[in-house]
Amino acid sequence: MDKHITAPITKEVSRTLCAGDYIYITGTIYTARDAAHKRMDEALAKGESLPIDIVDQAIYYMGPSLAREGRPIGSAGPTTASRMDRYAPKLLDLGLTAMIGKGKRSPEVLDAIVRNGSVYLAAVGGAGALLSKCIKSSEVVAYDDLGTEAIRKLEVENFPVIVVADCEGNNLYETAIKEYQR
Amino acid sequence: MRTIDVNEITKNIKEMCIEANHYLSKDMDIAMKKATESEEAPLGKQILNQLQENLKIAVEDMIPICQDTGMAVIFLEVGQDVHIEGGDLEKAINEGVRQGYVEGFLRKSVVGDPIIRKNTKDNTPAVIHYSIVKGDKVKIKVAPKGFGSENMSRVFMLKPADGIEGVKNAILTAVKDAGPNACPPMVVGVGVGGTFEKCALMAKEALTREVGTHSDIPWVKDLEEEMLEEINNLGIGPGGLGGTTTALAVNVNTYPTHIAGLPVGINICCHVNRHIIREV
Repeated sequence: MDKHITAPITKEVSRTLCAGDYIYITGTIYTARDAAHKRMDEALAKGESLPIDIVDQAIYYMGPSLAREGRPIGSAGPTTASRMDRYAPKLLDLGLTAMIGKGKRSPEVLDAIVRNGSVYLAAVGGAGALLSKCIKSSEVVAYDDLGTEAIRKLEVENFPVIVVADCEGNNLYETAIKEYQR
Repeated sequence: MRTIDVNEITKNIKEMCIEANHYLSKDMDIAMKKATESEEAPLGKQILNQLQENLKIAVEDMIPICQDTGMAVIFLEVGQDVHIEGGDLEKAINEGVRQGYVEGFLRKSVVGDPIIRKNTKDNTPAVIHYSIVKGDKVKIKVAPKGFGSENMSRVFMLKPADGIEGVKNAILTAVKDAGPNACPPMVVGVGVGGTFEKCALMAKEALTREVGTHSDIPWVKDLEEEMLEEINNLGIGPGGLGGTTTALAVNVNTYPTHIAGLPVGINICCHVNRHIIREV
């Protein structure tokens, strides 16, 4: 089913999303990948606050290529989400609603999605040029020294994603494959 | 003896890094168009159509096809009748990579130390494989490798008794484990034989062989065809979201090996499978 939603994404909305839904996101999302997650985790371990308020937010696992002049961002497709698995449950428990990436998640992340009523969304891997067209602005808001791995605030318009893991415990990566196995 | 200036190498590598990241090679283009036609899953077809659109935007707007513009892997086949002058060859290769990634607005994805992990900010150094061959030319292969698929690659040190069935199982295991992480439809490079490092290197180089071509060795050609069919029967599909196109090609290279071993390297690549070859 095709749905249009706005970000930040409340739990009220994320609970209505089902594995297999095709979603277009408009609004504000944040990027973070390996190095930024490591730093956020270290900050939490030291009892410090996170550099962004993650409640109701969506984190896009993405590190862009450089923007050419006059463009907000370079190529901007998803990176493999499983590398963030060791950090994600904690962030979900703190109120993060959505994760956007590609690839399988750990049982711990899938449990945290169910527990918190959050959602895991896949963007098409290797479609970085197409996805960059849906990003209207990009601003580094934390960890500038990490370069492509800094935390960015993005304004997106009709950003296309597919619901992979929903709060009912459905996992499209498991079910869709069975349909075409021979 | 033919003389080649290192600046010639630098200039070509710079251009090849930029070209590989924006233009799909012809063999991959044909394979992707064919897959877009034949894919049976509606969502799979939609994803392949998005990837076609993505390729169009990449060329028109000069935005890299994928944000992971890779670590530059370079195969240099140097003719034994060539004399290279004008400076240090390795420096010249890395200078080409540096210029390509900086001037081409490509992502700088290389850290200078695997544990300290500080970005080198110009995507150097490249991973370079030299070989000395007959003739008076230098053949350059540039294959920038993204790590979504690289991380799903494997080496299996099988026993001779495992035989061809063992090799098939190893390939299918690697592809199943890779699933959606490797950005399918993928290209699967396989090296069978040699030693631990030789099979991995053969798998890597197999990815640079034109998709749609086959090995000259009858059993290897059969293996390539059978594995492609079996992989596409796994149902993983485009983006790992189900479908009939999981791989576009399986390229297998082989080498003699030891009486006690059967090494198998499997290097998985995404649907971009960047590879460019030039002869200087």
